[in-house]
Amino acid sequence: MKAYAFDYVRAATLVEALSLLERAGEGGKLIAGGQSLVPALNLRLLAPQILIDIAQLPELRGITSDDTHIHLGAGTRHAELATSALVGQHVPLLQTAIRHVAHAAIRNRGTLGGNLAHADPASELPACMIALEATMLVVGPKGERRIDAIDFFKGLYETALEADDILVRISIARSPAETRVHFNELARRAGDYAMAGLAMVMHGTQPQGLRIRPVFFGIGDRPTLASHAARCLEQAADPMAGLAAAQQALSQDLSPQEDLQADADTRMQLARVLLKRGLTDLLAQGRG
Amino acid sequence: MGKHVITLMVNGESHRLEIEPRAHLADVLRDELALTGTHIGCEHGVCGACTIRVDGAITRACLLLAVQAEGAVIETIEGLSDSGEIGDLQDAFRHRNALQCGYCTPAMLITAQDLLLHNPNPDRATIRDHISGNYCRCTGYQAIVDAVETVAKARQTAGERA
Ligand SMILES: Cc1cc2nc3c(=O)[nH]c(=O)nc-3n(C[C@H](O)[C@H](O)[C@H](O)COP(=O)(O)OP(=O)(O)OC[C@H]3O[C@@H](n4cnc5c(N)ncnc54)[C@H](O)[C@@H]3O)c2cc1C
Ligand code: FES
Ligand code: FES
Repeated sequence: MKAYAFDYVRAATLVEALSLLERAGEGGKLIAGGQSLVPALNLRLLAPQILIDIAQLPELRGITSDDTHIHLGAGTRHAELATSALVGQHVPLLQTAIRHVAHAAIRNRGTLGGNLAHADPASELPACMIALEATMLVVGPKGERRIDAIDFFKGLYETALEADDILVRISIARSPAETRVHFNELARRAGDYAMAGLAMVMHGTQPQGLRIRPVFFGIGDRPTLASHAARCLEQAADPMAGLAAAQQALSQDLSPQEDLQADADTRMQLARVLLKRGLTDLLAQGRG
Repeated sequence: MGKHVITLMVNGESHRLEIEPRAHLADVLRDELALTGTHIGCEHGVCGACTIRVDGAITRACLLLAVQAEGAVIETIEGLSDSGEIGDLQDAFRHRNALQCGYCTPAMLITAQDLLLHNPNPDRATIRDHISGNYCRCTGYQAIVDAVETVAKARQTAGERA
């Protein structure tokens, strides 16, 4: 299908993009990589009056790190995340996850910021952001603000971003060497959106002092931190002894939906399987 | 909403075009420049039939607006074919019957070439993974994987001899 007609303007700076967005009002829409937006336009699910292209804003580019954090420009393309040495060293979870995002041709254009702003509940990256406790730097007409990942994702394709906000940068604490990470998803075809997936981070080395963050995606209307299940694992004498209780507790944490891919019971079962595989993998990494 | 005048660099030639912002690059390549080797299947990024090369990176032409592509280096199957860059892949596809109706073939060739440029010695699983975004409804993929594997090996041998 062909998109409805719209106008197009390419912004050269962040300030210009903000003012174009403000001037456009209701009918304005940002376009970054276009890999979620253009399908929606072609399917006539959206009818903006004007697209404001932010793909070339210098303020959204670049991957940097300081003593404590790594900073990812919102305009960082998936393919850049996949090959960045800094990302591989300091946030390996993201580099594992990105391989599951779409296909090579889509990763070449899709951006991190566009992915997070789009907030597809089956997307890998929002779940990683919650597991990694990332902070989003957002700029709007009233200035800058920082939003924790856990408060950023509000529901189905819904985030804390207002229509005139631009996501500029994502900051993530560098993972210390002893932090272990796990990523896994169940999809029908490599590169497709997952039926269910899990991004999990485990801080600490002693069974008693562990802090575990299992975040599920593809289940429910947003990525979900399974805090009841995490508590079962953290409070057990050793995490594996808490697994059965944690798997039960998932029914308090998750509200699986039913769709063409899988029904709700299947999804809950997949979540339990993913949790077991994830914990087994994390504990095995400690022995390696 | 008026048309935009843009300049596109396609297969080494510069073209001045007057187009609507909503036109995606696959339509512009086919309808304005008669480069019909870029096929259109789904127009939402799923089938891969429209895959081309933009600034050296494979890209869905149906998910890139032509206005966004101004200033970029665009290469289509016609360009890759004329330059001889993928002559060996084309031969291997023909010999191994890696195409039947041919609808997926131009994009499959571009995607295969992209893999071999980045990874000259891929195993079969890697080949399958890289073409996982390109649907073929005829061949069952086996012959395509065979053809790509054959070319990878042949290029390596040629490289060792040189
Ligand atoms: C066939 C196919 C399969 C895919 N599979 C997956 C998958 O398995 N997993 C996955 O995670 N994704 C998948 N995607 C989506 C892909 O990751 C997109 O690249 C991504 O979701 C959007 O990034 P973008 O830069 O292309 O954003 P765009 O499409 O340009 O924009 C998406 C939305 O975000 C807004 N936006 C963009 N940038 C900003 C910003 N900086 N600040 C505020 N708002 C902004 C736009 O206005 C728009 O509403 C798939 C896409 C396709 C076509
Ligand atoms: S036509 Fe572009 S991916 Fe199907
Ligand atoms: S040869 Fe017919 S779709 Fe691939």
